[in-house]
Amino acid sequence: MPEMVADALVILKRNLIKFRRQPEMLIGYTIQPIMFVLLFVYVFGGSIDTGMDYEDFLIPGIIVQNITFGGALTAVGLVEDLNKGLIDRFRSLPMARSAVLAGRTLADVVVNLFGVIIVILVGYVVGFRFSTSVPEVLYGILLLLLFGYAFSWIFALVGLYSTSAESAQQIGFTVIFPITFISSAFVPIQNMPAPLEAFAEVNPFTLAVDAMRHLFVGTPAGDSVWQATLWSVGLVAVFAPLAVMKYRKVSAR
Amino acid sequence: MPDPAIIAEGLQKSYGKVEALRGVDLRAEAGSVLGLLGPNGAGKTTAVRILTTLLEADAGSARVAGLDVKADAKQLRGRIGLAGQYAAVDENLTGFENLDMVGRLYHLGKPTARERARDLLERFDLSDAADRPAKTYSGGMRRRLDLAAALVAHPPVVFLDEPTTGLDPRSRIGLWETIEARVAEGTTVLLTTQYLDEADRLADRIAVIDHGTVIAEGTSDELKSQIGGERLEVKLRDTADEEKAIRALGGICDDVHAEFPLVTVPGHIPVADAVRALDDAGVAIDDIAVRRPTLDDVFLTLTGRPAEEVEDSDA
Ligand SMILES: Nc1ncnc2c1ncn2[C@@H]1O[C@H](COP(=O)(O)OP(=O)(O)OP(=O)(O)O)[C@@H](O)[C@H]1O
Ligand SMILES: [Mg+2]
Repeated sequence: MPEMVADALVILKRNLIKFRRQPEMLIGYTIQPIMFVLLFVYVFGGSIDTGMDYEDFLIPGIIVQNITFGGALTAVGLVEDLNKGLIDRFRSLPMARSAVLAGRTLADVVVNLFGVIIVILVGYVVGFRFSTSVPEVLYGILLLLLFGYAFSWIFALVGLYSTSAESAQQIGFTVIFPITFISSAFVPIQNMPAPLEAFAEVNPFTLAVDAMRHLFVGTPAGDSVWQATLWSVGLVAVFAPLAVMKYRKVSAR
Repeated sequence: MPDPAIIAEGLQKSYGKVEALRGVDLRAEAGSVLGLLGPNGAGKTTAVRILTTLLEADAGSARVAGLDVKADAKQLRGRIGLAGQYAAVDENLTGFENLDMVGRLYHLGKPTARERARDLLERFDLSDAADRPAKTYSGGMRRRLDLAAALVAHPPVVFLDEPTTGLDPRSRIGLWETIEARVAEGTTVLLTTQYLDEADRLADRIAVIDHGTVIAEGTSDELKSQIGGERLEVKLRDTADEEKAIRALGGICDDVHAEFPLVTVPGHIPVADAVRALDDAGVAIDDIAVRRPTLDDVFLTLTGRPAEEVEDSDA
């Protein structure tokens, strides 16, 4: 096994142990999407005209929104490791320089998969149903995880530049939260004011959500599936090297 | 002669306007212990971070275990162990998991990593807590776990930044013994410390750093004799005897200082001669002893501050 992979797996294991010993972190991460599902379905559901069952419209949107926030765990985890001097320890070891970040972001994938399953289960309770083939659903989940993975790398970079876990989370939420809302995640974008609609149209969230709707409930895909895939790969290709470069220089505070 | 295990020349490092190191030279022969002594902010940690590849120097060069800290950084990391000034342990992992992880990241292989982890937990008195998450450890236990991590790979060169700060006396002596055992096997150790008895006991050579430069270097004895060697101290019983005592001891040495109740005679004076001279002069004494300067005296003289005071002023 190449050294980098072996090192990353050691780090992955360490992060998963952490989730097991700090389950309260995961609870926060799962309760939020459940609340969102319930709030949107029962508070807004009746007044938003999407031309389809609102549950089927909403669940793909919530899943995409939720998975992008999964990466916040990476930012928070990295800031903690920096402040506790663990990054110094790792940097003094003969391990691959990218392994700490790779192991960290891979841990998010595991948590994200867990999150996806939760939202789908809650979705089923409120009336969401898959109406596509198994390969389409599976590709959808794969694409979700890839999209989430891209955001883990963005959050990794945010974490390496942050001085506290709170600020890392704040940056993440204040930047990403609005972007997820100005998309097709919760309402059809045709109803938005023109400038917002223009933004929503090119927003990668819209692409990801549209792709997910196509793969889960069979709405027309347009170019969304391949474009969302490309976006995900592209974001990883840009942010992973940036984060690793920053990691090489970063030091304890 | 083999290459020194640690050699640094002209290391400089600034953090913005703060000049942490202004041209530091260090040298430790293989299998020896180099003690880095200096008040808070002297630059000890900065030097350790440069030598362990965590930080790049602005100028100067350093080789550790025959490898350049800059050009051969990756390879060098396989040959050093580091316990930084603040314990770096993963609080969510147990003691065993922490050491096992570090061993795996040194690429020791699973069986070796596990064996070393168990062995070190025992050596550092952590066996009972081995399977508890480190967040349940006391400060001293974390410190010990961190020190164990530095030794997992049996690296030929070990860096310990204030290793015994926060340890109880028993753990401190335990660590000293562990270090001595490793050194006897040929390991080179660079340790920074605020405790002069620690430097005195462990270090073959000591470098005193202040304001980013080495202001003195040598064995503990060399440093002590640099600030004046042995002296005889006589404690008088009676103020009135001061003049008499000076005269009596003046027959042995003409550089006598007196400040009641102490009369001090520099140099190697046989106690018996002094007692006889004082007795003949009829001077009553409470105590008489040969005093050698301690590292405390060295520290105080060289840095202008006693070690404890320096520590306190930062707290
Ligand atoms: N990251 C940093 N940014 C700015 N200044 C720093 C930084 N790290 C250290 N310094 C400064 O560099 C100088 C040397 O610090 P260093 O930590 O090497 O001292 P030290 O000898 O280890 O002190 P101590 O005994 O307190 O551990 C100090 O003046 C310190 O304030
Ligand atoms: Mg220090």
